[in-house]
Amino acid sequence: MIKVEGLTKRYARNIAVNDVSFEVEKGQIVGFLGPNGAGKTTTMRVLTCFMPPSSGTATVAGFDVLKQPHEVKKRIGYLPETPPLYPEMEVGEYLTFVGKLKGVPSSELKRRVDEVSERCSVSDVRKKLISKLSKGYRQRVGLAQAIIHNPDVLILDEPTSGLDPKQIIETRELIKNLAGSHTIILSTHILPEVEQVCEKVIIISKGRVVAKDSVENLTNRLRGAEAVAVEVEARDGQPLTAPEVQQRLEQIPGVSRVVFKTERDRRLQFEVESLQGRSIRADLARTVVEAGWNLNELRAVGLSLEEIFLQLTATEAAAGGGQQ
Amino acid sequence: MRNILVVFTKEIKSYYSSPIAWLLLTMFAAIFGFFFWNAVGYFVSVGLQSQMMGSGFPMDMNEMIIRPLLMNVSVIGLFLIPMITMRLFAEEKRSGTMELLLTSPVRDIEVILGKWLAAVTLYASMLALTALNFSFLFMHGSPDWKPMLVGYLGLLLQAGGLLAVGTFISTTTKNQIVAGGATFGVCLLLWVLEWVAGYETAAWAKVLAYMSVVSHFEPFSKGVLDSKDIVFYASLIFLGLFLTARSLESLRWRA
Repeated sequence: MIKVEGLTKRYARNIAVNDVSFEVEKGQIVGFLGPNGAGKTTTMRVLTCFMPPSSGTATVAGFDVLKQPHEVKKRIGYLPETPPLYPEMEVGEYLTFVGKLKGVPSSELKRRVDEVSERCSVSDVRKKLISKLSKGYRQRVGLAQAIIHNPDVLILDEPTSGLDPKQIIETRELIKNLAGSHTIILSTHILPEVEQVCEKVIIISKGRVVAKDSVENLTNRLRGAEAVAVEVEARDGQPLTAPEVQQRLEQIPGVSRVVFKTERDRRLQFEVESLQGRSIRADLARTVVEAGWNLNELRAVGLSLEEIFLQLTATEAAAGGGQQ
Repeated sequence: MRNILVVFTKEIKSYYSSPIAWLLLTMFAAIFGFFFWNAVGYFVSVGLQSQMMGSGFPMDMNEMIIRPLLMNVSVIGLFLIPMITMRLFAEEKRSGTMELLLTSPVRDIEVILGKWLAAVTLYASMLALTALNFSFLFMHGSPDWKPMLVGYLGLLLQAGGLLAVGTFISTTTKNQIVAGGATFGVCLLLWVLEWVAGYETAAWAKVLAYMSVVSHFEPFSKGVLDSKDIVFYASLIFLGLFLTARSLESLRWRA
């Protein structure tokens, strides 16, 4: 549904997004995770055709954001970090306006406004001025405007930021309910939010994608898992291929992932990650030796994600107080 | 076309649901009312004088009341126009609704035209107030309505040009006061440029005087439709709207 390739956005002095590539399939909820200033908003702004990329391509439902922005815009619902609301309008009036702007036919407009008001639970404030609404209601009106034209893709920039814990839970529920009929990308810097809402995660830091994975894999990797660098060599110049070793290593109990790194002088280097709280170094060594290979190196390496995760959890602790 | 109407309707509603429109209308009605009262008072006193002298030369309402009043409106407009345009884009930029407009399936030019037309409509509704005052002239005399119509057309064209420039300036900042102040400066400058023609006849002075929006209005106030002046105002409108479109585009690139 969404395909981003080599996306780069340069400003005069810095690079906000650097060579970002990812794909999102239809109906998926994808979390865009990263600390503040990582480039989440910029990527989303490119996807919504708010700003063009410096290089690289992005397509939404098969339409290029640069060449066919009109078609892309018709298919995207966007909730920016601050909901784009007009304080002097009533909620119903505002939703009607956005509906017209998004090209909802007049014959369906009233029905659509009723529907999204119901869905985002803002029916009871339809006659209220937006300036009189609480933050939680504003966020919901923001969501309602994003889905008014029943878009294929929903892009939500920090949809729960600044809400109190109860409102956060309500908003997450609402987003989960919207999945299925819409493909959703939501950005956040709060890890548990991703766990609760999303199926897939893209972690972005300093403008680069540092990890893309399913939520389960990622949380396993982040929670007390260890990563070990292993170098294996065949004994007596016997032929040895990477897939062969990889398969063997994957069978070790407690191993979650084996990544082939490089081959140098017939030495094969792997990075092996364990499941949560499992120590695998002993088993690893035994397996390699028993297979009749040389074990040249076995070294614990720090998870590169750990650092980011620390940053993220620190932010979550601050956000837990309801402020950011 | 539908999109222009959507934006236009929204702008009109927000003008009239905020104090801006009502403040402008009230101020304009008061100022114009004063000028009108003055002009009529002067007309009446001159009329009495000429009667006492027994000469009783024919007095022309168009020449003595309507024309100077239309000139006054043209200048009052310079002061009020910044207040009409200053919020158009600055407000959207500040509140973040710009993102909504620029990510909706509407063309930039449709947004610009919708907003500009709303501004022109608000100005036109101010002009409509003058009809109330002028109707007294028709009750007690018989001024010619055709030159008046040309005068109104001129006012609309002049305001259209300045409103387009103001719309452009509004896209350049998030701050309404900055937008309003800058627009006021430009309006004022475009007015006083003609003064240079009073003492200087060199080519550069002619060019400067030509750029003055008020000097181009003078023929309209007399009921003269000159294509030269219409072209001037049309160019100003086009220039303002064109710059607005370019400014929005550059906003996307810089964002």
